[in-house]
Amino acid sequence: MGDPLVIGGREIGSRLIMGTGGAANMSVLERALVASGTALTTVAMRRLDAGGGPGVLALLERLGIEALPNTAGCRTAAEAVLTARMAREALGTDLVKLEVIADDRTLLPDPIELLDAAEQLVDDGFTVLPYTNDDPVLASKLVDAGCAAVMPLGSPIGTGLGIRNPHNIAMIVAATAESGRPVPVVLDAGIGTASEAALAMELGCDAVLLATAVTRASDPEAMATAMRLAVESGRLARGAGRIPRRYWAQASSPAVE
Amino acid sequence: MNVLVNGVVTPVSSDATLADVLAAHGVPERGVAVAVSGEVVPRTAWASTPVREGAVVEVLTAVQGG
Repeated sequence: MGDPLVIGGREIGSRLIMGTGGAANMSVLERALVASGTALTTVAMRRLDAGGGPGVLALLERLGIEALPNTAGCRTAAEAVLTARMAREALGTDLVKLEVIADDRTLLPDPIELLDAAEQLVDDGFTVLPYTNDDPVLASKLVDAGCAAVMPLGSPIGTGLGIRNPHNIAMIVAATAESGRPVPVVLDAGIGTASEAALAMELGCDAVLLATAVTRASDPEAMATAMRLAVESGRLARGAGRIPRRYWAQASSPAVE
Repeated sequence: MNVLVNGVVTPVSSDATLADVLAAHGVPERGVAVAVSGEVVPRTAWASTPVREGAVVEVLTAVQGG
C-alpha cells in the first residue's frame, strides 16, 4: 500500500474506520467489517455485567482489526479521562476516540470539556482522536493540544444527514495541513450513504469513520463494500485534481467549421 | 462488610482484597478494567489492594459501540 493513513506514528491499513454499534448480531457485524476492509474499529466501554454484545474484542482480534476504544456516553472531561484510562487498562492500547457529549438530543460534542479532556489525555501519553464539532477554531486548538488526529462531524451521530457544512470541513483540512502539526482529519459521524463518504475524501479528509450507515442499512455487507469503494474513489479524485467549476458551458468537442 | 460492585451491594469479608471481590463476581483476568472510587487499579495490583467498607468498584469491558 503506497499511501497509508498514519495516526500517531502507526500505519493504518485502510482509510475507512468502522464502528461496531447498531449491528443486528455478531455475524452481520463480521460480514460488514470484512467487506469494509477496515483495519481500525471502535468499541465502547461498559459495565461488565451490562450485556450489549460481549465478544466484540474476540471478533476484532480474529479479523486482525485493531480496536479503537471510545469514551461514548461521557459528559465531562473527568468522566472521559477515567473511561480512557479504563480502556487502556482493559485493551492494552493508548489509542482513544475521545467523545465528550453535551446532551442526548443532539449528541454534539461539548467543546469546553472536550478540549480539557484532550489536554489531560495527551499529557498522560494517550494517542488522542477527538470527535469534534465542524468548527475550524476548535479543531486547531485540538491539534495544538497534541491530538493525533481531528475528527469533525458531518452531521449529528446517527442522523445520516451527510456533510451539512462542507466548507467548514474544507477549512479544517486546510488549516490542519498548514499548521505546525499536520495530523489526519477524519470525517466522523453523519454519513448516510456512499456519496457522502466520497465527498468527505474529496474535501481532503484523510479517512472516514462511520457505523450506523452500514450497520443499520438494509444490507450491511453491501453498504460496507460501497463505503470502502467510495472512500477509495474520493481519495483518488482528491489526488487527481478536479476541474474548476465554470459558470457557462465549455464544449468538449471541436467546433463545427 | 459491604462494597458496591457495578452498582450491586456485595458482602465481603473484612480482610478482602480487590482480587477476592472480583473473583467472587467471576470477573475474568483479561479484557476488563477495574476502578475503585474513581481510580484505575492495574491488574497487577488487584491482589495487594485492600477494599474498605462502602468501596465503589467499577468493572468495565469493551462492547459494541461507536
